[in-house]
Amino acid sequence: MKIVLEHLTKRFPNRNKKIRDEVVAVNDFDFTIPDGKLIGLLGPSGCGKSTALNLICGLEKPTEGKIYFGDLDVTALAPEKRGVGLVFQNYALYPHLSVRENIRFPLENLRGDKKLTKQQMEEKVLEAAKLVQIEELLDRKPNEMSGGQQQRVAIARALVKRPQVLLLDEPLSNLDARLRLQTREELKRIQLETGITTVFVTHDQEEAMSISDTIVVMKDGVLQQMGKPQDIYDDPINLFVAKFLGTPQINVFTGEVIGEKVYIDKAQVCDAPGVRDGDVYVAVRPEGFVVDPSGPLICEFIGREVMGRDTSVIARHGNFLGENIRAIIPSEELIDSKDGSVRFALKPSKVRLFDKGSEERIRVEA
Amino acid sequence: MKKNLTAWLCLLPAILFLGIFMVYPLVDVLVYSFEEGYNFASQSYFGTGTYNYSYVLRDPYFIQALKNTFIIVIITVPLSTGIALLISLGLSSIKVLRDFYQTVYFLPYVTNTLAVGLVFMVLFKKTPYSDGLVSILIQTFGGKGVDFIDGPYWAKMFVMCFYTIWTVMPFKILILTSALSSVNPMYYKAARVDDTRPFRIFYKITLPMISPMVFYLVITGFIGAFKAYSDEVALFGTDLNAAGMNTIVGYVYDMLYGNSGGYPSYASAAALILFAIVFTITTINLMVSRKTVYYH
Repeated sequence: MKIVLEHLTKRFPNRNKKIRDEVVAVNDFDFTIPDGKLIGLLGPSGCGKSTALNLICGLEKPTEGKIYFGDLDVTALAPEKRGVGLVFQNYALYPHLSVRENIRFPLENLRGDKKLTKQQMEEKVLEAAKLVQIEELLDRKPNEMSGGQQQRVAIARALVKRPQVLLLDEPLSNLDARLRLQTREELKRIQLETGITTVFVTHDQEEAMSISDTIVVMKDGVLQQMGKPQDIYDDPINLFVAKFLGTPQINVFTGEVIGEKVYIDKAQVCDAPGVRDGDVYVAVRPEGFVVDPSGPLICEFIGREVMGRDTSVIARHGNFLGENIRAIIPSEELIDSKDGSVRFALKPSKVRLFDKGSEERIRVEA
Repeated sequence: MKKNLTAWLCLLPAILFLGIFMVYPLVDVLVYSFEEGYNFASQSYFGTGTYNYSYVLRDPYFIQALKNTFIIVIITVPLSTGIALLISLGLSSIKVLRDFYQTVYFLPYVTNTLAVGLVFMVLFKKTPYSDGLVSILIQTFGGKGVDFIDGPYWAKMFVMCFYTIWTVMPFKILILTSALSSVNPMYYKAARVDDTRPFRIFYKITLPMISPMVFYLVITGFIGAFKAYSDEVALFGTDLNAAGMNTIVGYVYDMLYGNSGGYPSYASAAALILFAIVFTITTINLMVSRKTVYYH
């Protein structure tokens, strides 16, 4: 089931009643979520991504715009009529019911000709439990399980009615690091197995990058960029997107373009064919640095962190926005830092330029 | 050892206080109840045995008091808890004027029992000048007026239960509204997405979530209703036996200090019978709760 958002806007009245300004949580969303894909809504907290999810789910009514599931206009439809499954950030498992009863709960609500017999319900519960691999936990109570198991139960409960759309609100944020890694693969597997169009919300770019077919990056209620994870990483449309994706974060310097050459503090770091002269932000991915004794970018050397395969070099530079530059280099590379400085050359393919005023991307001619 | 000493020292005031004013009287009541023919003046008795109990259990006044108490308990506890739950549900689903209504519902709690009794007199009592507001109302609609205070037994019992429910409700509403607001709204959202009907949400989600509080109210409600006395006095005066509206605690009081007073042995026996009843009911309550109450 594809989901079409048409000029979707949600405004909330300000908490402080004296202030007339409304808060725009979702601002003019206009895009299509393709059928059977896993979509990550990504943005910092408070950017309106949960509101967007609630709009798709129907728990919130849009101020303007329309939502279609397939060709059906569901804008005015109550959540229970939309056929969506929702997984809450805190799972919202009913604590007084066993896992079996929790998963069966949505089935017991079916009425009319959709009504199921006890036998059919049990089969569906087992099927859902098998899908998320919790068959042996069916008689436990939610508080007798780990966070990851509770998460699976929540997913099973959302899936048991075979919804057309599965929505997950920060599905992994309550899990510890190792479990998060495991569960996100699990999520991908379940999505592939069921083929249900799945939208999940996250503030963790790594999470979004690793499992989404498509990422939607949001900021302050405004859609910044939508696309395949790698495409967005390689080709960010503005400085915000560039900074938001990738760990360690992209390194941003103030610089300028003079005569189609990029300078950081008088040092010419790379070429910029087709770019007009002016002040720019020069953003360099951590893997874009090469330690080079004759490199143009001279930085103060702070230290190195060895992480096995890679080493991250921590350095400082006057034009750097923020405190420490993090460059990732292969561990076997040696650094000559006797005089307390380190020199870098930059890989042109890992350097992005942004306009200093609008923070929009400045594209370089190939 | 030294640590223990400090502990005992700290506990001493409480132990002394509880010992003198709680444990000693309790033991004393038990002793009294088995002393036959105890005389206040000479502080002497004829012998020991269970005569006091058999006397009390055969006393028609006690039987009447027992019957009244049970009727009050059985009617007022479920009704007051149920109505309080309905009102709390209503209160928690409205937004406008919620504080106002909460205050209104809480008023009986801060009003003096006797003052409330006075208001009930105006509503229900027949005097040479007026038939009482409720009787007048019944008459306007073509019914026959009833004297609720000095009239037939059922009328008196109706006023009694009405009064009890009305006075215990504010506290229950207070407890239940706060219990309801402590239920995480995400459960309701989850239930809504799953197309759960409102009654089922209440029965399957809300009620289990607030069950510890409901249980607390039922237990204290039972105990409170079994101990009813002052409300009866407020409505029917101090001679409850004559009004036929006595309760067990009223009977105990009468045996000690009333017109027929001066019988601490009978009073003690009646008090212990009441204790046995309350104890049994509370135990049953606890046993039922183990299956029905969910603790987070």
